[in-house]
Order: sequence, then structure tokens, then C-alpha cells
Amino acid sequence: MSILLGFMLRKPHMQRPLRKIAHSRVGLSSLVVLVFFVVIGVTDSIHFKDTESQTQDVISLLDYFAKPLINRSEKTYSAPFSAYQYSKENITHADGRSEWGYPRLQHGGAHLDNPEQQKARDIALKVLTALLRSCGVLLLAFLLVVWVFRRQSIKYLQVPSINMALLTCAVLFTVFYTLGYLSTFYHVLGTDKVGEDVFYQAIKSIRTGLVIGSLTTLIMLPLAILFGILAGFFRGWVDDAIQFIYTTLNSIPGVLLIAASILMVQVYMANHAEDFNSLLVRSDMRLLFLCLILGVTSWTGLCRLLRAETLKLREMEYVQAATALGVSRSTILWRHILPNVMHIVLISVVLDFSSLVLAEAVLSYINIGVDPTTYSWGNMINGARLEMARDPIVWWSLTASFVFMFTLVLAANLFADTVRNAFDPRRADHD
Amino acid sequence: MTEVLLKVEGLQVAFKQDKVVDDISFDIKCGETFALVGESGSGKSITAMSVLRLLPSSARMQASDISLAGESLHEKSEVDYCQVRGKKIGLIFQDPMSSLNPVMSIGEQIGEVIQLHFSLTKQQRRDRVLHLLKQVEMPQPERRINEYPHQLSGGQRQRVMIAIALAGEPDLLIADEPTTALDVTIQAQILELLKSIQQQTGMALWLISHDLALVSNMADRIAVMQKGKIVETAVTHTFFQHAQHPYSQQLLAALPDMESCRKNQAQATESLLKVDDFKVYYPIRKGIFKRVVDHVRAVDGVSFSIAKGKTLALVGESGCGKTTLGKGLLNLSPASAGRIIFDGAEFEAQQMVASKDFRAQMQIVFQDPYAAMNPRMLVGDIIEEGMQSLRPELSSAERQQRVVSLLQQVDLPESSVLRYPHEFSGGQRQRICIARALAVEPKLLICDEPTSALDVSVQAQIIRLLKKIQQQQGLSYLFITHDLAVVGELADDVAVMYQGKIVEQGGVEQVLTQPRHEYTQTLIAAVPKLKEA
Repeated sequence: MSILLGFMLRKPHMQRPLRKIAHSRVGLSSLVVLVFFVVIGVTDSIHFKDTESQTQDVISLLDYFAKPLINRSEKTYSAPFSAYQYSKENITHADGRSEWGYPRLQHGGAHLDNPEQQKARDIALKVLTALLRSCGVLLLAFLLVVWVFRRQSIKYLQVPSINMALLTCAVLFTVFYTLGYLSTFYHVLGTDKVGEDVFYQAIKSIRTGLVIGSLTTLIMLPLAILFGILAGFFRGWVDDAIQFIYTTLNSIPGVLLIAASILMVQVYMANHAEDFNSLLVRSDMRLLFLCLILGVTSWTGLCRLLRAETLKLREMEYVQAATALGVSRSTILWRHILPNVMHIVLISVVLDFSSLVLAEAVLSYINIGVDPTTYSWGNMINGARLEMARDPIVWWSLTASFVFMFTLVLAANLFADTVRNAFDPRRADHD
Repeated sequence: MTEVLLKVEGLQVAFKQDKVVDDISFDIKCGETFALVGESGSGKSITAMSVLRLLPSSARMQASDISLAGESLHEKSEVDYCQVRGKKIGLIFQDPMSSLNPVMSIGEQIGEVIQLHFSLTKQQRRDRVLHLLKQVEMPQPERRINEYPHQLSGGQRQRVMIAIALAGEPDLLIADEPTTALDVTIQAQILELLKSIQQQTGMALWLISHDLALVSNMADRIAVMQKGKIVETAVTHTFFQHAQHPYSQQLLAALPDMESCRKNQAQATESLLKVDDFKVYYPIRKGIFKRVVDHVRAVDGVSFSIAKGKTLALVGESGCGKTTLGKGLLNLSPASAGRIIFDGAEFEAQQMVASKDFRAQMQIVFQDPYAAMNPRMLVGDIIEEGMQSLRPELSSAERQQRVVSLLQQVDLPESSVLRYPHEFSGGQRQRICIARALAVEPKLLICDEPTSALDVSVQAQIIRLLKKIQQQQGLSYLFITHDLAVVGELADDVAVMYQGKIVEQGGVEQVLTQPRHEYTQTLIAAVPKLKEA
């Protein structure tokens, strides 16, 4: 990625699209959000053995930072910022008296003596503290950056898009710092059925969402582009063969295929138990295989689109002119066809990315998605689904996963839109 | 005759900051033919659209007065305006194919307009449609009434469009480039039809065109538009005798002229390309096994030769196989039979191997400069591409140098190298295409209607450029065109193609002035000529 960027920065005509992205307010802010998500995903992927705890579990860097969240599980459901459990149960008091009521939580709001009266004031105070602290940190960081880059900073700060990106950065930091600070006292997004903090779950799910979205796309793209362009360009028997493959693949119910292959993996892992001794390795293996099988089944749609576009492009006069100039077929494919179908690829990749995150939720629902122990938005939704009928409703798991998913997909969509606009020379003059 | 029908005063149309129509005023009198002439982008279609209030929503329009027969139009509400469109003012568009609804029969489409403006019974409506179809001289109107647009030819579709425009019995008919998409013989028929209808009904005709020769035969008065302004309005007769404004004079001077062929003197030189009995057949396949039942004879046994440093013009109407012939020669579409002798080397057309040497000898310039260049490549890379594959011995620096010299040769600035094709106008793009073809130093350049997508003045520049290059480098051209006037400007020899066959060929002067074949005679007669003053 950085090699590509470096290459592009050296060519004057390639700088134009990059500059255009840098000047787009929406593009740069959504990039900041995306990077933020990716950073969380990466910190969650760096695993090491935790030597401090007694169990010596393998944990990720993210878990290390979020330790206070992990060890603060309750008995069962509790609403966001609540100090009491969500369901009634038999409480035994110190004096031996027992009562049917809502028990206090072990961790959430445990520092309060009288939650009914103190809670609102306490939360407001804590939010204020967090805001002040984060503002202080931001101001310091800002001054430091301005001081280090004394010369350039004045120039860059006049660009509205950079201001916007910095603002996005600041907002993200403030929001997450405040939430993080609050969650050491409360469960900001409540707890789930087994009392786990939902905020922690939602953050852990980012990695799963990113892995499924990007890995599946990486597997799908080469297949779709290669087959689509070849079928459209060469026609004849190549076209027939490729069309046969994707119609066949399309006519097999996707869910069946996925279920079968997930089952195969499970059997394989059961037979080779010594290679998959840790729970983490097993769930990651299953996630990887899910990406693979999703990728293999989902390239057909894009392939069809690309085939149609290539059929149109190969009759264009510039392709004929290249043929007349003796340019070889592979060069024509690479230089004339591929760049002109890239806009379709980009749009459908982003759309697929969102639908893959959603597909994961659907597959988890019928138990053939990611491992039930893996944190994922799909599993969160699946768990919350059972409680939708409850009165009053358990809404926080669903809302949390929805908000996180929505932010990620929206940022990806907006960024892809900016990229597509920037790289289309015909749109260079507009807006 | 002298009563003013349409009066437009102080009309302005702007898209964001660009003023496309800048404070123009004119009037059209009852029963006259008024022509608005200008090059593409001069704002003539926008003017018509703003009178009809059919502008795109991003346009801002202002006018101090637009009135039809004394009745102010621009104060009318949108609902009242619907009574004006179609009923008082009819409109014919340029492209009859995209203006007709493909899933409605033509009877329904004409009937729809009648239904909107008159209350008639079903039977009366049908009679009226038939009457209209007869009025536009549609052959077999009883059968055609139930047919769909794709079953009609281009000329017949334009007749249907005219019938629709006439259905509301308008006082004013706006014809926006009514014949640009049509062949020259069909064009003559449609213009004849418009004239005769105008005489029958006494309506006024507002003709919008870029073709001065066509206008000179039709119009009573002419207004010339340039960059959103009307620069000159005059009675046709006076206009063509002494045009006042320099721009009008420039337009008149740029008109290609068939007569100019007399200046060319043919000298016999040895032939570069000799084509013998060349055929391109497309198989028609039917049934499960895709058996070949018949062939479409796109090019059916054509023989001709091109002399070194000379130009052969291949003339014919659309669909006669002239483009297929050009592409067949280059092996861009497979040839079925024939023999080619190129610069002494002899090939069988079917076995013609697309060797790199051969590729470098023959190059092509396409009709549509907008589609002929990859929009995602830089102009420098586009020109360099051919050299990369056909002249691998050149170093990168030598190639760059040659790109720059080629750009100079086609009169484009050096800075074009790092720009994209869409940043150039149509004429400039065609220059880039010519530079691309010249890059590999061909001996024969096949020009497939290189000027037909361009404005008159730009067309003249491109022809001048082609002539200059021919003189400098001794290139031969195979110039494929439907425009006989351009032929007169450029060609040494002419071959006339009709339904896949060459029906007549010879020296340009002989073919244009004493055509022997019947088809050539109709073709030449149909070309609109400037009315003798």
C-alpha cells in the first residue's frame, strides 16, 4: 500500500487524484473513521501470552488495554448505566432476611451508596471530567504537532478538509475516551445474557467484521475480475466455460454449501485436535474458512457485471485502435479494459463489504457462521433477537451492534465514493 | 405574411455561471421558415428548449418577453403551458430512434397526442392518425400504424416524428437538426416533405441546423448564432450574397465545396494498395446446432487500388459496408475472401496474418473522437502506445521526443502530453487520433468518417491538416465518408459503394461532375448546395 502510494506521489498526473481525495472533506473524515476501526482491529489481532494473570491465557493487545472491562462481568442482563440487575431475583440480605427484587450489580455503579439519587449527578460529573481531560490531551497534542511542524502546519491548517479530518479525530477520541472512562464505573452499553459488557463485545466484533469484509473481498476480487474480463473479452468457448461455472455455482443454494464446508472444517478440527488445542485458534480457523467459502460463492455477481461491461468495452474504438497498433491482447486487457471497469469493481466491493458483514449475522443465526464464542456483530444480533419479545425490551445489544456496523459501512461507502470520483479523469473538473 | 407569430426578446439562459444564451432577441413571422444556424455549443438548441420551457432543471432562464401570436408565454403557469406544447408549437428532435418509445406502436404514439388535444372517438382518432401518416407520405399507412419503431427505417421514423408534431395542428413547428442523423438521400426527402407540409398548412417553421447549404434551400430568413449571441439576422438571399458579420463569412468560407475538385490534377503513380475481390460475409445461424443458413454480404466482392501519395474516397450511405471494408483491410473484422497486394507483397485476405510489420504500414482514424481514446490514459501514453508495440527498438527518451514532435505536427501544444482526452474539444481529439496513427509511420491511413462528428469550421481545419501531412510525408489515404462535399475537397479518386458493392469508380472530377451510375446521380443530386444567388 505504501509502496503504491510512494509510486503515485512521484508521478505528477497521479498526484491529482490523491490531492483530490485530500481536499475532500467527506473523504478524509471517513478515512479517519476507517483508520480508527482498522487500528482497533489490528490491536485486537496482536496476540501474546498474558503473564500477569494466573491462567496465562493468550490475549490480544486490545484485551490488555480493556482488562477492566473483561473482569467486570455481571450475572445476567443489565441496562446501560444501570446499577441494578435487569431481572428480579431472590436477594438475601446480611441480616438473613430475603426479598424478591432487583439486586445491585457487582460492578456497574458499585461505588454509589444510593444510586437513585446520586446516579445522574455522578454520571454528569464523570462525563465532564472525561471531556476536560480529553480536551486537555487534545490541546497538548495539537500544540505539540504545531510546534514540531512549525513551517508546514500554518499552510495545512488553512485547508478545510484537513480541519475536518482533525475535527473527526478529536470527536472520535473524545467520545471513546469518555466511554472508556465511564465504563470503568458503569456498563455504558449494558450487559448481555451472561453478564458480559456489551461495549467490550462491540469493540471486539470490529476485528471479525473487518476480517470477514476484507478477506472475503480479497478472495472474491481476483476470481471475479479475471473470469469476468476473460469471458467478456475472448467470448467463444472461454465465455461458455466461465458462464457454465458461475451459473452452476449460482444454482447451488449458498447456505447449503457454506453449511457443508463449515461442517467439514469442524470434522477436520475434531480429527486433528492436537493442532487446534486453543479455543482461539479454533475460532480463528473457522472464521478464516468462512471467509474462504463466502469468497468462493460470492464472486458470480460481480463477474457477471464485469463480463457485460467488457463485452461493451471490447467494441469501443479505442480498443480497435490498439489492435490496429499491434498492441498485444494481454496489454489491451491490462491497459484498456481493466482501468475502465474499475469503477464497477470499486462500487460493488463496497456494497459487498457491507452485505458480507450482514451475511455473517444471518449465517451466525443458523449456526453456520463464525464460532459462537467469537465476538461478532452477527452473534450479538443473534443473541439479542431472542430477547426482542421481552417486555420491557432488551435493546442495547442490538443497538450497539447496529451503531458500530452502521458507522463502519457508512465510512467505507463514503470513502469509496470519494476514491471513485477522484480517479475518474472525466470527473476531474466537476465539483 | 408579415404578422409576427413568435416574438422572443432579451432571452438569457445560464447554467451556474456559464451564460449559454446571452440576451438574444428575434421574431418569427406567420408562415415563414426561420433558420437558426450555429456550431455545436452555440446555444441554438437551448434557445428552442427555453421557448418550450423544456430546459434541464439546472438552467436559469430570463426573458423580457416571449409571446406567441401576441399572447405572452412566459407568464403562463405550467398547466396552461401544456396546452401550448404540442398544440400550438410542435417539435421534431434530431434522433428519431431515441425520441420514440420502443414499446408503443406508432399509431398509439401519434394517437396519444391527438387524444391530449382533441376529444375524438376511437374511430375518428384512428382516421386522423391515418390521415397524418398519409400527410407525411408514409408508405402503406394502414400496415405501419400497428408497427413498432424498430421495424421502421431511419427516414420513416423521422416521418413518424413529424406526424406526431403535426398531430396537434401547431402554428409553429420547431425542427431541431431534423436530418442530421439521416443519410443524404433520405435527408433530401424529409426536407422536401417539410416544405410541402408547410405549404399545405401555412404554419411557420423554425429550423435549427448547423448546415448552411441545407438552410440556404429551405429558409426565408437566417439568424447566425455564436457563443450564445445572435451575430447576424438577414433574409436568406442577402445573407448568402454578402454576409455582414466576420463569423458568418468564416462559416461560409469553411463550407466544403464539391466544385473544388476541379483544382486537383490526377497524375498516375504506382499503386500502393491493390484489393481484388474482397469479401466480408457474416454468417446467419439458426437452430439448435447453429447451422449457417445464409450470409449477410456486408462487403461483396470489392476491387480497387490506391496510388502512392493519393487519396481514394470511398463514398456510400450508412449500412453500405464501407466501414466494414476499412476494418476488414486492417484485419479488425475477419475477411471472408479476396486478395490484397500491399507495397509489392501479396496476401490472401483470409490468411492475412496480422504481423507487426503489416500493422505499422496501415493505420486507422475513427469517426467518433470521443470513443476512440481510452478516457483513463494520458494523451502522451495514447500516442506512445503504438510505438511501444511496433517500434520496440526506440528508447523511452526517443519515444517521448517523437510524441512531442507529433503533437507539434498536428498543431497541439507540448503540454498536452500530461492531459486527459476529455480536456480537449472534438477537433483537438481528432488531431490526437491522427498523431497516434502517424506515430508508427504508416504508408496508408484509413480515415473512417474522421470529420462527420465535427463542426464545419473544425472539419475544414482537419481536412487542411490531412492535406498538409499528405504533402509532407507522401501518405496515401483511404477516405471513407458519406459527405460528397468533403470528397471534392480532398480526394483524387472516388469509389461509390452501394449495398456491399462498388458501383462506380474513377477520378474525382469525372465522378462528381459526370456520374454514370444511377445511384451516384441520385446521391449527388441529393446533396444540398448553396442556392445560386
